[in-house]
Amino acid sequence: MPSRKSPLQSEMVQGTLDMLILQTLVLGPAHGHTIAHAIERGSEEVLQIEHGSLYPALHRVEERGWIASFWGTSENNRKAKYYRLTPAGRKQLIAQTTRWEQVVRAIGRILKPAAE
Amino acid sequence: MSWHRFFRRAKWDGERHAEIESYVQIEMDANVARGMPLEEARHAARKKFGNPTLVREEIYRMNTIGILDIVGRDLRYAFRALRHSPMFTLIAVLTLGIGMGANTAIFSVVDGVLIRPLPYPHSDALVGVWHSAVLQGAPFSNLNLSSEMFATYLDHNQTFLEFGAWSNGAASITGMGDPEQVRTLAVTQGVLPALGVQAALGRWFSQDDDTPGTPETVVLTYGYWQRRFGGDKAAIGRAITVDLRPREVIGVMPKSFRFLGVAPDVILPLRFERSRLSPDDFSFQGIARLKPGVTLAQANADVARMLPIWTRTYGLSPKLLEVSKMGPALRPLKQDVVGDVGKVLWVLMGTIAMVLLIACANVANLLLVRAKGRQHELAIRAALGAGWGRIARELFVESITLGVLGGALGLGIAYGGLRLLVSMGPANLPRLPEISIDPLVMTFTVAVSLLSGLLFGIIPVIKYAGPQIATALRGGGRSLSQSGERHRSQNTLVVVQVALALVLLVGSGLMIRSFQALRSVQPGFTRPEQIQTVRISIPEVQVAEPERVTRMQSEILDKIAAVPGVASAAFASALPMEVDFRNVNAVSAEGKNQEERLPPIRRSKFVSPGLFKTQGTPIIAGRDFTWTEIYDDQRVAVISENMAHETWGEPSAALGKRIRVGTAAPWYQIIGVVGDVYEDGVHQKAPGCVYWPAGTRSIVFAIRSDRTGTEGFLKQIQQAVWSVNASLPLASVQTLQDIYDRSMARTSFTLVMLGIAGAMALVLGIIGIYGVLSYAVSQRRREIGIRLALGAQPGELKRRFVRHGLVLAGIGVAIGLIAAAGLTRLMSSLLFGIKPLDPITYAAGALILGLAAVLASYLPARRASAVDPVEALKAE
Repeated sequence: MPSRKSPLQSEMVQGTLDMLILQTLVLGPAHGHTIAHAIERGSEEVLQIEHGSLYPALHRVEERGWIASFWGTSENNRKAKYYRLTPAGRKQLIAQTTRWEQVVRAIGRILKPAAE
Repeated sequence: MSWHRFFRRAKWDGERHAEIESYVQIEMDANVARGMPLEEARHAARKKFGNPTLVREEIYRMNTIGILDIVGRDLRYAFRALRHSPMFTLIAVLTLGIGMGANTAIFSVVDGVLIRPLPYPHSDALVGVWHSAVLQGAPFSNLNLSSEMFATYLDHNQTFLEFGAWSNGAASITGMGDPEQVRTLAVTQGVLPALGVQAALGRWFSQDDDTPGTPETVVLTYGYWQRRFGGDKAAIGRAITVDLRPREVIGVMPKSFRFLGVAPDVILPLRFERSRLSPDDFSFQGIARLKPGVTLAQANADVARMLPIWTRTYGLSPKLLEVSKMGPALRPLKQDVVGDVGKVLWVLMGTIAMVLLIACANVANLLLVRAKGRQHELAIRAALGAGWGRIARELFVESITLGVLGGALGLGIAYGGLRLLVSMGPANLPRLPEISIDPLVMTFTVAVSLLSGLLFGIIPVIKYAGPQIATALRGGGRSLSQSGERHRSQNTLVVVQVALALVLLVGSGLMIRSFQALRSVQPGFTRPEQIQTVRISIPEVQVAEPERVTRMQSEILDKIAAVPGVASAAFASALPMEVDFRNVNAVSAEGKNQEERLPPIRRSKFVSPGLFKTQGTPIIAGRDFTWTEIYDDQRVAVISENMAHETWGEPSAALGKRIRVGTAAPWYQIIGVVGDVYEDGVHQKAPGCVYWPAGTRSIVFAIRSDRTGTEGFLKQIQQAVWSVNASLPLASVQTLQDIYDRSMARTSFTLVMLGIAGAMALVLGIIGIYGVLSYAVSQRRREIGIRLALGAQPGELKRRFVRHGLVLAGIGVAIGLIAAAGLTRLMSSLLFGIKPLDPITYAAGALILGLAAVLASYLPARRASAVDPVEALKAE
């Protein structure tokens, strides 16, 4: 059957989005709206995403046990679901950041000579 | 992804929905704060979020277990498709349900009777102790134990863990309301320990109960205990009067207790007095539990070792074993219980499986028609991107759903059928109470459902879900007429159906012919439906002297003969075919040098004068007994014609010759020779029989009258008996016809079952031919219309369609005849007086199918010729 994969589902971007979510939550618990805006701002508007696409990623990351959720009240008194980083998520963030940096360095080494 | 979440997807989705709402609210608030109007703010927030449904779907999918979801969807699709064509579904499920019901029912019987072990612990170590011998030149493997053999084996065996002997009979119980005749089982102490069954209440027989001279005891079966004592535990220790002798109740058997094919009411100890063992009475059945690790061959060798000990100990001629080629023939006890019904059941199983195949062919045909109708739909779906694998899967799920629905219906039908079968209680079916739908039967039904689903599902799948599927679009469903190729699989199915149906028709035809052959055998008696039987037994405690017993019996006989409507009456120790009262003796003829070896085994009966006349057995030579001979205890005997032939060449030569039981009893002079009686049923050779003068305590009256079976008549007979002795219970109240029918039970059971199968096959086959032709006609309406418009004669068209049907039927019949010739050989042992290749049966089967095919083709053909050309062309 034909599948309807959203652009964010490709492996590479998935991992990146997960990492961005974890990164956002390092500063403290936040709800989906805050996270979406934070990512948009954080990526200097490079990642122009529909904010809805964030939610499957949140769900997936929560499933993996890296973040946990609870219902709370937003700044202007709206009911909202908050997410916070779990210890496992913190470990994962460190591991992924390290790995990411390695990859970036590796790519950099490969591309540099050609760029010159 | 987990099962847990899989089943809680709905709740998760609800929560996600709330979360999305919350996002939109917050974003909207932010927009409003930036000064947007409310409506615009909401709109912008939604736009920012994107499509919430897509998001929810994506999360939903993350929580699914792929295959389950696919199967679930396919199932829903299948159910919807089936619901849309209720007639098709109804017919398919009914056809399958009946086919599978029959299969499940017969398999339950096969399972209960043949597959499941006997209801005793480690039942595979149980054996029946039998002997083989060559008697009168014919090998015989059903020789029982004599009491001397029993004593020998009990003392000298090395391979039996437990060993016992038993015999069954009847006794009267008095002193508790009306006198009652009950079935008895007499056993030696070893029988129950061999079976490994405990008494439910009280105790089992001990060594003491087996020893003559100790107080007499009795063990009740659960059913009798419930019936006569209301399940009162105080029954233990009470005395009941069995054959006018008080016996102490020492135990009650468990409810589940079964004893082979015997359903006794009470169990009595079988006592052998060591000093008074009878050498000639081979009427005890032996049962043994082998020691752990002992094989049947070792046990047989053990018995072979003990046979000479037996002849030595009891002073029998050492040549006896050699001359009669007597040897051990131990066999698994299960074989004793099941008997020869196994063959019948396997033949039935095969037959019913064929019916199911025919049913599957019918459903496959229906599915083909349906798939053809949906060809366009399938092609469009394939064109829109559904892979052919997916379409095939959907078709399969649909046919397997049909199969499972059919199986479920079949299970219900089988349940009802089995209850019917058990309540009818065919006499020749052993282990009847054990037949039920157990897990194995369930597994069988499920497997058969799935397999048939695959079987009839695969044909439409191959034809319509293949990679060539898209080509169907080109025809646009408006091709002028169906090419021959497209009918090929349907035609093949019809041919297969007809062939299978013919095999079944021939099979049931052969059974009908066997049954006719059996009915035409002169059984040695006439008009059995006119002979009323009543059995009485005068106990020793009541009348001690044998002579007075006979007087009392003849007095009762006179009273019975005086009942209005009685043409004649007589009595005997047993009537023809009364298997339970069979009496077997070794009988030697004077001067025939038979003393050296085991003399020929004969049936013995003790009869009153007039029995031959009453039961319609012709007197070939000499004369009947007289009452004087009976009262004076004269040593005279009447023998059967075949025994006279065998020993003296011709009946008249036997007159005046002398015979005796065994080798030491007094000689009896032959005064008459009478016609042979088929004692073992008409399908077996009539055994040689000796009629001795009446003198047994247990007798059965044969009363010829055209009032048999009526209530008034039975009342008067009872009055006649009780006017002489009021304490005698009447047993075996039936007609000779009942006994005769029972002797043919196996054949009639097989006949009925095969007949049902044959009829089902015929009907299904006809439906198959009719269905295919009707469909062809409906598909070719346009073509027919054009032909008619161009001047074709309706009669000619009609003939074309009938010819089509007959060609299919003809090919099917030809294949069926060949298959029948091969397969009916398997049932040759069930046939009587007829060869498996009986030409008349084959011709009749082919003719019936042919006629049915003509009828099934004619109806659609007539519709074809009645097509109105204008209508047909307009309809397109």
